[in-house]
Amino acid sequence: MLTDVKDDPAPPPPLLRVDDLHVRFRVRGRDVHAVNGLSYTLDEGETLAILGESGSGKSVAAQAVMGILDVPPARVERGSVRLRGEELLGLPERRRRAYRGDRISMIFQDALTALNPVLTVGDQLREMYRVHRGLGRREARDRAVELMERVRIPSAAKRLGDYPHQFSGGMRQRIMIAMALALEPDVLIADEPTTALDVTVQAQIMRLLAGLQDELRMGMVLITHDLGVVAGVADRIVVMYAGTVAEQAPARELYARPAHPYTRGLLASVPRLDRRGAPLVPIKGTPPNPAVLPPGCPFQPRCPRAEAVCAAEKPPLTAVAPGHDAACHFAEEVHRARPE
Amino acid sequence: MTIKEPDAGPPGAEPEPGPGPGDATGAAGTSAAAVAAAGGEIGRASLWHDAWRDLRRRWVFWGSAAILAVVAVMAALPRLFTAKDVNQGCDPNAAKLGPSGDHWFGTDLAGCDYYAHVVHGARPTLLIGVAVTLFALAIALVFGLLAGYYGGLLDALIARLTDVFFGLPFVLGATVILVAFPSHGVWAMTLVLVLLGWTTMIRIMRGQVIAVRDADYVQAARLLGASDGRIMARHILPNAIAPVIVVATLNVGNVIVGEATLDFLGVGLQYPEVSWGLQLNQAKDSFIDHPHLLVFPAVFLSATVLSFLMLGDAARDALDPKLR
Repeated sequence: MLTDVKDDPAPPPPLLRVDDLHVRFRVRGRDVHAVNGLSYTLDEGETLAILGESGSGKSVAAQAVMGILDVPPARVERGSVRLRGEELLGLPERRRRAYRGDRISMIFQDALTALNPVLTVGDQLREMYRVHRGLGRREARDRAVELMERVRIPSAAKRLGDYPHQFSGGMRQRIMIAMALALEPDVLIADEPTTALDVTVQAQIMRLLAGLQDELRMGMVLITHDLGVVAGVADRIVVMYAGTVAEQAPARELYARPAHPYTRGLLASVPRLDRRGAPLVPIKGTPPNPAVLPPGCPFQPRCPRAEAVCAAEKPPLTAVAPGHDAACHFAEEVHRARPE
Repeated sequence: MTIKEPDAGPPGAEPEPGPGPGDATGAAGTSAAAVAAAGGEIGRASLWHDAWRDLRRRWVFWGSAAILAVVAVMAALPRLFTAKDVNQGCDPNAAKLGPSGDHWFGTDLAGCDYYAHVVHGARPTLLIGVAVTLFALAIALVFGLLAGYYGGLLDALIARLTDVFFGLPFVLGATVILVAFPSHGVWAMTLVLVLLGWTTMIRIMRGQVIAVRDADYVQAARLLGASDGRIMARHILPNAIAPVIVVATLNVGNVIVGEATLDFLGVGLQYPEVSWGLQLNQAKDSFIDHPHLLVFPAVFLSATVLSFLMLGDAARDALDPKLR
């Protein structure tokens, strides 16, 4: 499952390839650089986790990939998003709309607000088939029941006429997942799919997603700030900081040998059962304001090993091992040093 | 069809209580069946179902609905109430008589049966009230939706135009227009009242749409490939319409008052049309001596207007979950 990023100029293009994506917001005459050169690739059946703090640009990047940014304040400055080699940015809205939900789909954080309160869940599920597939009422209904069974909603046929508020949080998230997967998309973007749920339900939902992903051979982009959610399911992890990639690596490798001081800081700040009683080490300071990014490395003001070069020069993303890149002037040293 | 999810996870993790993880489905099934057996009361609980359940318990709703039903039948089928036509069988020698067995509501200035006039007056009054509101509602729904959803130039244009019309004084504006076109009937009146009264609802509609537009479920619908038209029709309209419906109900009463005011001032409907406002106008010189000329149309007018206002109030209470 450990896919090698370096080998991809091979004939079949990757399922999803995001290259050098820049998104800028214009707020009260000032430019806010939300995403600054994000790149990643996603293969069939692979789970890529995008890990980052609030404001690191992970959700904005996902919206840019889906093409649902509010265009007056936001703007995709440059970059490319290719689905099986086809460029999505710049496609006419009609074409993109046909792709949304059908080939590339997304699930939201809070299913209560993401489901229309005045329509029954059956209506909302049926709509997917009626909009994209033009199915008739009966057939769409049968497919909706099938879909609800697939996400393990008990007595699906009976609950088709229920409204979203009549479901529990976990069941609602299952319905959201059902809607997103209705048309068996190639790519699923899950934006913090379990944040609004309690921990036991979180585990169920993640297992359900992983199972469905295997079954449908989807590529999944899992956006989260929760290292715990990522650990069990991700094949590869992209760590975002200030709208750009700080580090990317296969999941196991990233946990074992982080090559960026930020990743190291993140891992040190997570409570661990095997280090009971040891104090947590938080990362000092706060993420930079995307309106006034420091000139050099964006993490430099908070970095424990920052030197003069960090404030002056922005470190490029460099490989420290096959498939493992980090944007740090001292990536090699951080990588070599054993964590703990 | 089956997926590789290990069965139901740690015990107690499933939201439905069941004896064991494997039984969760069965337990939920029986409880759903129990609900269905109980008459489905709990099962159906959208905003509109809740509102209806709430309305059904209010005597204000049933009272005003009953009055309006009578007036509506009166307007649709006046023959059920009186055999006489308007201005028919009038006897100038029997003018301004008080109520009696022959003439329940007495006779008017020309000696016509006042009861027949009051009955026939229901139609234009109700027609204008309802038609004006429906037209204004249609304008509000279409343009309020477009302005609120798309924003930008279209919104600015509609909002400013609304402001301009909102600033026109009603009686003055209507008088100027109606005096300029003296031979106007029910439909011309309707047009004038729409022209001067469309602004209230469109403002509310626009505000509602703006509030709903940024909801997550609208974003989610867009994400799953819905077009603008579908998003507006399926997601925004049903979530934005409730307050507009309330105002529309209240508006019928207000329009009827406005129409009666114009009739009373002599610039509205003209003889030989009949309407309650016109009857008040004709009674204005002699009602001190012959109070029945004022009382009967006034009672009908007030009862109708009051019913619409109370219906609107009841609808507002029923549709606003916070007032429950």
